[in-house]
Amino acid sequence: MTADLGYGMTLVALGLALYGGVAAGVGARTGRLALVESAQHAALAVFVLVTSCFALLTYAFLTFDFSVRYVATNTNLGTPFYYRITAVWGALEGSIILWSWMLALYTIILIVRHRVGARELYPWALATMLGILAFFLLVMTFAAPPFQRQVPVPADGRGLNPLLEDTGMITHPVALYLGFTGFTVPFAFAMAALITGRIGDTWLALTRRWTIVAWYFLSLGLLIGGWWSYHVLGWGGYWAWDPVENAAFMPWLTGTAFLHSVMIQERRRMLRLWNISLVILTFGLTLFGTFLTRSGVIASVHAFTQGSIGILFLSFLALVLLTALGLVAWRWEAFRSEGELDSVVSRESAFLLNNVLLVAAAFTVFFGTVFPLLSEAVRGVKVSVGAPFFNQVNVPLFLSLVFLMGVGPLIAWRRASLDNLKRNFLWPVALGIVAAATAFVLGVRSSLAVLTFATTVFVAVTIGVDFTRATRARLRLGESILPAMGGLLLRHNRRYGGFIVHLGILVIALGVMGSHAWSVQTETTLHRGETAELAGYRFRFDGLTAVEESNHFKVTGAFTVSNGTVLGVLRPAKKFYPQEQAPIAYVDYRLGLREDLYLVLGDFARDGSQATIKLQVNRLVSWIWIGGMVLTLGALLAILPERHRSA
Amino acid sequence: MNRRRKFVIGGVVIAAALSYMIYAGVTQSAVYFVTPAELQAAPVPGKAYRLGGMVVPGSLKWEPRSLDLSFTLSDGTATVPVRHKGTPPDLFGEGRGAVLEGSWTADGYFKATLIMAKHSEEYKAPHDGSQAGYRELIKTLRGEGR
Repeated sequence: MTADLGYGMTLVALGLALYGGVAAGVGARTGRLALVESAQHAALAVFVLVTSCFALLTYAFLTFDFSVRYVATNTNLGTPFYYRITAVWGALEGSIILWSWMLALYTIILIVRHRVGARELYPWALATMLGILAFFLLVMTFAAPPFQRQVPVPADGRGLNPLLEDTGMITHPVALYLGFTGFTVPFAFAMAALITGRIGDTWLALTRRWTIVAWYFLSLGLLIGGWWSYHVLGWGGYWAWDPVENAAFMPWLTGTAFLHSVMIQERRRMLRLWNISLVILTFGLTLFGTFLTRSGVIASVHAFTQGSIGILFLSFLALVLLTALGLVAWRWEAFRSEGELDSVVSRESAFLLNNVLLVAAAFTVFFGTVFPLLSEAVRGVKVSVGAPFFNQVNVPLFLSLVFLMGVGPLIAWRRASLDNLKRNFLWPVALGIVAAATAFVLGVRSSLAVLTFATTVFVAVTIGVDFTRATRARLRLGESILPAMGGLLLRHNRRYGGFIVHLGILVIALGVMGSHAWSVQTETTLHRGETAELAGYRFRFDGLTAVEESNHFKVTGAFTVSNGTVLGVLRPAKKFYPQEQAPIAYVDYRLGLREDLYLVLGDFARDGSQATIKLQVNRLVSWIWIGGMVLTLGALLAILPERHRSA
Repeated sequence: MNRRRKFVIGGVVIAAALSYMIYAGVTQSAVYFVTPAELQAAPVPGKAYRLGGMVVPGSLKWEPRSLDLSFTLSDGTATVPVRHKGTPPDLFGEGRGAVLEGSWTADGYFKATLIMAKHSEEYKAPHDGSQAGYRELIKTLRGEGR
């Protein structure tokens, strides 16, 4: 019953989305506004239907409606209330619903915001949005239907993947998908610009904030994903260059490139073709990421599905790319930009280099991710490149990017004079060198660490120099200090939001560097009462306890931690789920600004007399999360409507 | 067009540097996925491999005090003795699939530095030990290899 109702609504939504897309397109072509209006109504109806589907599925989860196959596979009577909600998007079918719902939501926001203001581009953008939405509804109808009947209805379901029983699972997919789908809007406007031939700056101005919104959510999704990996998976890391992570990271890189190159077009009327290409690439990569993670082409912890939707996504990706490239070729003549690069030493060059490096990073990530597939397809042998490849290739790229973060915002447009360079960069360079020397004197011998430290200090000082200078200028106008600073942030919110994002990145860079250079770990087996030691901390094994939870059985170890004084008790556990073949580790940790204590329970004796543990002291990892918060705050500031066009 | 030339040279330098980094990265960190039969056919001591197969029932030995783990990995045709220092990971066990990273030693065993237990919902352990069952397993493991 539920399944049929849901399936019916999906079908109607698909029909309406297709109709709306065609109606908007025809309406735009013929100038018949009635058709565009009709498309708007269709879009609204689609939104209502997809929302109902979503609500219906959630209801099915909450009421344990095992007549729906998706519910029966992803929950059981023991699944706690909270995780029954997150289980809705815990697997492929539900995540496609979530995706479609967000896309429908963005379509509605697009209608509300741009219906009046963007007469020329709007109908085509609407048509594009509805077309893409129709594709996802098609997937929802045929390839990965969430509403399939389960016959006979089982007494209990299979249960949720235990790794997904975590608070991060409500926010991580939502943020990530809001980011992914968010890039559809700039793409839709880019298509509209190409179709109408208005490839000037209008589409950019319209989509600028949309892009920041998408970027904000994608960044948030990546950060929460890292946190989830760190505190759930129990390997002590936050980023593994897993194909699933890479899938989300690639559009982030190209999206970041786009955010920066937009400024060049706004200011100098250059790089139009590049900007359009970046938007197409970013949107294409979001589709590619879904293909990668959802088709089962490369399996990993996240890719808990093996569907047949690979072909569908790949075909759609090909269709999107071919259409977009066809349109670009059709408008080729119009892409002659008016501006030209004047000098190698200029802000334009710095931004261009930033773009090249970001796209290069995206390419290396892409290359490393698909390398095993390529080698298998071409040579028939499976060759993989792991984290060492990604680190080795990307570290120099990212370090250069961090360096450019200091150069780009301060160097002069067009052509930087020696005087300009001296005025802006004398102090930052000097303090960067001082920082490197200090680090060396303090005993840091890793050249990468010294270099990272020097670069981050250099960039931080450039931001400080700029902010101080701007504040002083306002003080001279008679403002007092706090209003002057607040006024700067709010009036030039995009510029200073960007700076805050940069500061966040610096903090993250330090955290990443510190955790790589200085983390230590060990593995050992302890009898009850015995003590293990690591980096000045002592861990005493006090014993094991076993508890029956609502949907699993849990064995918990108690370890008293001290470093001279007793710091507390860590309780890592192993959880045994009936639906899983083997236990799942539950990490316990104690976070700190300097270092985290991180404890995983491995093997143990049944009588509780002995336990094998993995111990880690992870250095500076907390700064990654702190930097992440700074970064998202900066992005939020940049999203605020601009009060004042910066001069 | 002196200015343009500068940008072209800059672009070429960046492209060349990037290509070199990728090339060097791949040659240094590429790891071949092999099955026990492929490894036994031509074992190269010291070379890094990714070895996939099934843990032979009855072969698993685990010494918690010394953290010594040893077992035999099989693909139905050949077997490889494996040693590892550390706790067996979650989902690892006899009769289950595993992918190991490590190298072949001159002493005639595979020294695993990383064990990834692989379980697939579709895959059922080949109880009859049939070739078809093992082929299915290897296929799954290859798919899981990264």
